[in-house]
Amino acid sequence: MSKRGFWDVMNTLDRRIIFLILLICVTLPLLLNVGGEIPPTAPVERAYDAVATLEAGDVLLVSIDFDATSAPELMPMLRSVLRQAFAKDVRVIMLGHIAIGLPLGHMALEEVAAEYGKNYGTDYVDLGYRPGYIAVMIGMGREIRDFFDTDYQGLRVDDLAVMDGVHSYEDIDLLFGFEHGAVIDYWVRYAQARFDQRMAFGTTAVMAPDAYPYLQSNQIEGLVGGLKGAAEYETLIGHPGLGTRGMPAQQWAHLLVIGFILLGNIGYFVSRRNRG
Amino acid sequence: MKRSIPLAITFLTGVFLVVSFFVPHEPFGALEQRLLIWFSIVSGFTMLLGVDNLLRSHGRKIGRRNPGWWHSVVLLIGFAATVVLGVLGRIHHGSPFHMQSPFMFVYTYTIVPLQGTMFALLAFFIASASYRAFRARNTVATLLLVSAVIVMLGRVPIGAAISEFFPAAQEWIMDVPQLAAKRGIQIGAALGAVSMSLRIILGIERSYLS
Repeated sequence: MSKRGFWDVMNTLDRRIIFLILLICVTLPLLLNVGGEIPPTAPVERAYDAVATLEAGDVLLVSIDFDATSAPELMPMLRSVLRQAFAKDVRVIMLGHIAIGLPLGHMALEEVAAEYGKNYGTDYVDLGYRPGYIAVMIGMGREIRDFFDTDYQGLRVDDLAVMDGVHSYEDIDLLFGFEHGAVIDYWVRYAQARFDQRMAFGTTAVMAPDAYPYLQSNQIEGLVGGLKGAAEYETLIGHPGLGTRGMPAQQWAHLLVIGFILLGNIGYFVSRRNRG
Repeated sequence: MKRSIPLAITFLTGVFLVVSFFVPHEPFGALEQRLLIWFSIVSGFTMLLGVDNLLRSHGRKIGRRNPGWWHSVVLLIGFAATVVLGVLGRIHHGSPFHMQSPFMFVYTYTIVPLQGTMFALLAFFIASASYRAFRARNTVATLLLVSAVIVMLGRVPIGAAISEFFPAAQEWIMDVPQLAAKRGIQIGAALGAVSMSLRIILGIERSYLS
């Protein structure tokens, strides 16, 4: 095959071949389970430290603002934060602003609570979803019960011991949001800027750049970004999970995309030069 | 009259909410809370509008036998089945979100995998696009391309294994040029939002009435 012929073939490569190579690059590392510990970076350490400052009986508000599209990135970090909180006997209150994603958070909550022998209503609660998240965020600054008078299954929150003395942001020691969209902006604008609520976030890798300004201005105390952030958090709590396991797949996918970019550009320049 | 009453309501409500944001004391605090509860209730009803729109639009497609009309049949059957299973979950388990309810079965084994699959397909298109479209055609495109490669390498362990330069450079890109651009966009968007809010409160912007 001539030089020109080779690059012509490469330039018109069937995209199904690209799909197949990516599939192999992602699935093989996952199946082989070759992940190692990922050293933590400063934003993740800050998020970990924010939870570490909580003491037994303190209240952690967990907000589920994602759905299944972002679950591979956000579920591992959610589990890690819950493990860290339950290990310290912190009370966990969960709610969410993406209705279709909230059951995912509930499943993680039940799973981790069972690991630590925690009881529903005493150690943790799932308040569920209420429409109009901006109104909910602002209104919670005055009285949570105005919006969440019952939990996700209709139990009165006044009957749940975990909610004793928890009425507004003043009674919440830390908010940890798991975000795949713009809800993070509203948490910062309304709960932090107006009510001075301490908060940290876990976001998808795509959303992390949006949260960097809040991190640099110290409006948020920590940031766990993407699958790498999840893997770093798992390193910090000493409990490797799906974040750590998924990193090799992400690594090979990144390398493949870089390879494709280089190959595509070489082909582009060679073809352009040959055309004169 | 038909326009001036809604404009007056908008003006009074807008001014009241701005004042109550800065003066949370009574009577503003309690009244603001009341309005927020109303907002939440009205937001709940918008879901009904969504359901109405969904059913009408797909009902029409089926009625007119538009191309792919059977997709709409599948959608409507899926919609009805999910509602029925949710109601059954409420009756038998006290909540559709009870882990043993049939709704959660559909959620876990249908909704979650379908959503995940749709989003995962993006990776294949990104890989294909990186090969076919991400070209260093000019200086700006080359800068973007180099930054993308550095960030991608800096965010995976092999980047640090090749050279400490990649994680450090990745961090610098995220902390300095990315942050500067993001802040500029955010400040611009905020100023635009303030300007648009003032126009609506003062009745200059009235397109929401039509």
